[in-house]
Amino acid sequence: MTTPAFRRVLGYSVRNLVRSRWIVGYGILLFLVADALFRFSGGGPRGAASLMNVVLLVVPLVSVVFGTLHFSGSREFIELLLAQPVGRRTLYTALYLGLAVPAALVFIAAVGIPALMHGGAGLARPMAMTLLTGVLLTLVFTSLAFLCGVRFDDRARGLGMALLAWFAAVVVYDGLILVITTVFRQYPLEKPLLVLTLANPVDLGRVLMLMTFDVAALMGYTGAVFSRFLGTSLGILIATLALVAWAVGPALLGLRGFQRKDF
Amino acid sequence: MMHPLVIAGLVKGFDRMPVLRGVDLTLEPGQVTALVGPNAAGKSTLIKCVLGLVRPDAGRIDVFNEPAGADPHYRRFIGYMPQLPRFPDNLTGQEVLDFLASLRAGQDDRAIAVAEAIGLTVETLARPVRTLSGGSRQKLNAVVALRYDAPLLILDEPTASLDPLSSGHLKDLVRQRKDDGTAVLLTSHVMAEVEELADRLVYLVEGTVRFNGSMDELRLVTGERKVERAIAQLMRQAA
Repeated sequence: MTTPAFRRVLGYSVRNLVRSRWIVGYGILLFLVADALFRFSGGGPRGAASLMNVVLLVVPLVSVVFGTLHFSGSREFIELLLAQPVGRRTLYTALYLGLAVPAALVFIAAVGIPALMHGGAGLARPMAMTLLTGVLLTLVFTSLAFLCGVRFDDRARGLGMALLAWFAAVVVYDGLILVITTVFRQYPLEKPLLVLTLANPVDLGRVLMLMTFDVAALMGYTGAVFSRFLGTSLGILIATLALVAWAVGPALLGLRGFQRKDF
Repeated sequence: MMHPLVIAGLVKGFDRMPVLRGVDLTLEPGQVTALVGPNAAGKSTLIKCVLGLVRPDAGRIDVFNEPAGADPHYRRFIGYMPQLPRFPDNLTGQEVLDFLASLRAGQDDRAIAVAEAIGLTVETLARPVRTLSGGSRQKLNAVVALRYDAPLLILDEPTASLDPLSSGHLKDLVRQRKDDGTAVLLTSHVMAEVEELADRLVYLVEGTVRFNGSMDELRLVTGERKVERAIAQLMRQAA
């Protein structure tokens, strides 16, 4: 995998990205929000819990929007790169990692530094899980963004589909769960809801963080089912693996589409 | 004899719409072949098939006896100048050149000489791509294509956005490469450019080659002395 061409494309991609105003603005915004939350919550686990919504809403949104725009905006240069002696698999993988890894590192720095500055002793475990969840959600939604970029040549359609995926994960999904639990309340719903949790990376992220924070009241129906059925340790493991699968699955689908694509 | 490019029975369609319908084409070393035709004739698709950007439905493409397709190695033989250059905005022109050079390690690199010849200064190359004019981007595009000793050049509307002086420099470079034995496949809507550079002309209409011959043969077949009028004659015949 790490051929010289892979390393060169990766290096180019990272260099291009770190000079982007998007990534700088994203880092500053996350830093200011995290700093304010820790500052005003006294630096305890409450600060980490307050960060949850930022991680669950902002990180997927920024990843999916920026990923789609980045891929679509690079289309002509990608064509030029494909006219060089570089394989499609090498190019796609390097471009994906060249975006997702720096974005994840920016997230770790922008959220981790305020936590280190203001955090108390009890913050290590919740913050580790917050960072893990943010990194995994960055990888997941960048994968989805690249998949949309590959599938839709039209930039507006690609962005529209990417935003639809985000909207489905953060808004529609909760409504769907509410409808299901209301309509089928006389049936045992634990197992179907367990499966439904696995179908939404944002909900998996929420479950992952709340199981660590041990804030049952915020867990919601799916989180409570997840925790009750699997227990904390197994639940965390399964949620983490499911999020990894959510990152790898769309990335592989995107790669397959990229390898077969007519530019 | 090893031909720079051999295309045999090339077929390609998009959404059941045929774009290329069995194209045959062979390029000779040291010749400029102009690929012309009306809009939607299939010129871009043909070029993209050669570059491996578009996967043919049927047919065969060989570049110096290596099949074009999955293995990207054959592209070391090709210098490509696309019609619409779009480089990463946040890198400088020099960084773009350095990056692309790193993908072709081992190939003779004449980037500085080509940049000088075409009027692209070191100062311009030191600026971020987003600050470059359309003409400077096109010059950068030309350097990317012409810098290597690639024995097959594919130039898609190469003088678009260039001023007359730079356009002249670029054409001089193409002629120089031709004299060195490079095969050139050129598409252009500027017939004066075709007349000036091309040794052969391939006329493509609706994915079919309607004419493939030397410029003298073109004049003979159409009875026109000027290439522009000769092409117009071909278009009338094809209509």
